Amino acid sequence: MKLARTLKTALRALRRNVMRAALTTLGIVIGVGAVIAMMEIGGGSSTAIQKTIASMGASTVLVMPGTAASGGISFGAGSVMTMTPQDAEAILRNCPSVASVAPVVRAQGTQVVYGNRNWVPQSITGTTPEFLDVRDWNDLAEGDPFSERDVRNGSKVCLIGQTLVRELFGGQSAVGKEIRIQNVSFKVVGVLRSKGANMMGMDQDDIVLAPWTTIKNRVAGSANAGQSAAAKDTSGTNAAVNTLSQIYPSSGVALYPAQSAVQQADTPQPVRFTNINQIMVAAKSSGHIRDAIGEISTLLRERHHLRADEPDDFTVRDMTEITKALSSTTGLMTNLLLIVALISLVVGGVGIMNIMLVSVTERTREIGLRMAVGAKPLDIMLQFLAEAVVLCMIGGGTGILLGRGSSWLVAFFLHWPTEISIPAILAAVVVSCAVGVVFGWYPAWKAAGLDPIEALRYE
Amino acid sequence: MDLIELKDIYKTYHLGELDVPVLKGITVNVAKGELVALMGASGSGKSTLMNILGCLDHPSSGEYWLDGRDISRYSAPQRATIRNDKIGFVFQNFNLLARTSAVENVMMPLTYGRHEMAERQMRAWATELLGRVGLADRAHHHPSQLSGGQQQRVAIARSLVNRPAILLADEPTGNLDSHTSEEILQMFQDLNARDGLTIILVTHDPEVGRHARRVIHIRDGLIDGATPALPVAAGGRS
Repeated sequence: MKLARTLKTALRALRRNVMRAALTTLGIVIGVGAVIAMMEIGGGSSTAIQKTIASMGASTVLVMPGTAASGGISFGAGSVMTMTPQDAEAILRNCPSVASVAPVVRAQGTQVVYGNRNWVPQSITGTTPEFLDVRDWNDLAEGDPFSERDVRNGSKVCLIGQTLVRELFGGQSAVGKEIRIQNVSFKVVGVLRSKGANMMGMDQDDIVLAPWTTIKNRVAGSANAGQSAAAKDTSGTNAAVNTLSQIYPSSGVALYPAQSAVQQADTPQPVRFTNINQIMVAAKSSGHIRDAIGEISTLLRERHHLRADEPDDFTVRDMTEITKALSSTTGLMTNLLLIVALISLVVGGVGIMNIMLVSVTERTREIGLRMAVGAKPLDIMLQFLAEAVVLCMIGGGTGILLGRGSSWLVAFFLHWPTEISIPAILAAVVVSCAVGVVFGWYPAWKAAGLDPIEALRYE
Repeated sequence: MDLIELKDIYKTYHLGELDVPVLKGITVNVAKGELVALMGASGSGKSTLMNILGCLDHPSSGEYWLDGRDISRYSAPQRATIRNDKIGFVFQNFNLLARTSAVENVMMPLTYGRHEMAERQMRAWATELLGRVGLADRAHHHPSQLSGGQQQRVAIARSLVNRPAILLADEPTGNLDSHTSEEILQMFQDLNARDGLTIILVTHDPEVGRHARRVIHIRDGLIDGATPALPVAAGGRS
């Protein structure tokens, strides 16, 4: 009741000089309007930027095999071979935060030959068509991706990056041509769109993608054959079968005498399951990464039958750097807006204080009169505070409408992405109210401190 | 017991190092229902006494009993309550709120009252008072649309709105022509006679003093002698 009356008195006082009230509150209107518009436009842009950054692989999670150690000597990441393609399928099936999964088999340092040209691509990757989903690489420059069936059949098909097109084909169409990798002939079915260098400066276009079954069985399996020519000579057919030579490369010096045929028959090779180098996982969004990592870890520990006290035999990594870039971009944006908001609101607030001070001086007689008829200093203070707050609230409300309106105009005419920012609107209301209290305080305090006798006599 | 009892009131202003005594021991009583004129030349301490009587200021020493309470040591907020409750003010320059209708001007003191009153009640009461001062048809006019006499009548209605014990009029006719002054003073007399309202007219004009039943003269911060008004007024007629 009392509050309602105070507000009513304040409104009545403001109505007495509408023009001045409007001009006074203009600072707040513009300040709040600018903040709202910036928040909405900035929020839209920020989301758009986030999407772009996310397409760089911010939502990608890498699952690598763990570290083997023997006698205190670690062999580095990926030195145990515990990851299977079935793991990849299980991840896709059982982890709700995961959007797509691609197993990866790598064959590095392998020469690719076309006609009389040759090239050693940075990466020869065996995978599934889902790899393109994970890397957001779906729109090919030319041709079509290979299919699931190619993967099942171990077809000798591949996709190549732009760098290979340049180096091997001199920029001419590569689709339909045959290249040779490790003496295996692959048909080029598609050419990848150019992605440029990644954050580490590695050329992402310097890549050959093929079904992982093909790479695993026909290329990577014999990747060391050339290097270990001497060993091959001495151990005969053995090297082609013994995939261990991949991991523990022989030096080329025969330390032990060659096995005889009898010895070979007596020492059967251990049965090995198919292992893959890593699994690439795309989380549903960059926000789902943490959940996805948790789910994958739990699932793999279960699948690998690890007891609670055993360490993980795999590592899960996210693109921390990119994620950081992402959050710092948005963080910077928000901070900038906050500073702009504060400055404009302070300026607006100073304007309010200025006019309120003028108003107090101008209405000294009125204050004296009100005191004479029984207004306590607190009543006077509340009246002027209420005026300042009402002024600011009106300004804030108008500013919100103005900001919404201008962001709508921007969205409508310039087609910039905008987002309604409810927190910004709430903050604008709270802040304009606070500005009213803070900057109305001093004039109100001055008014309340007036001596009624002096005030009544004031000319 | 009288409505107002001033006992040995002193008021000294401190202007830097200098002490300026303005009131030097004033003792005066005003009974309920009196119409008193407080007269004195400028600088006599008349305004200071009025401020103390009006509870706008407190005396440096002495006692001020108003309606059975010593209010000389009240704090500013307490004095504000007393002013709202017991005292109605009429000023020389009317002091109406600009761009505010007459009825809202009259209502204004009610908003600071202790008793909650509905807006409609307040409005009805204010309109009734405006009728009593003969401005029923001007209730929604702004002060700028009213003549001086009408403005002063609005001010009188405003001073009555809280049903005060005393009406304190500070040079109520100072800004009015003689004809209007007569009307206003007549109104004070009517209020005094009909409603038994205690009225103190503060003035330096003997013509005003003529309308009072008792005149209190102040000279150099002291009561000069309470004389019957009529002989003085008759002699001082200009």
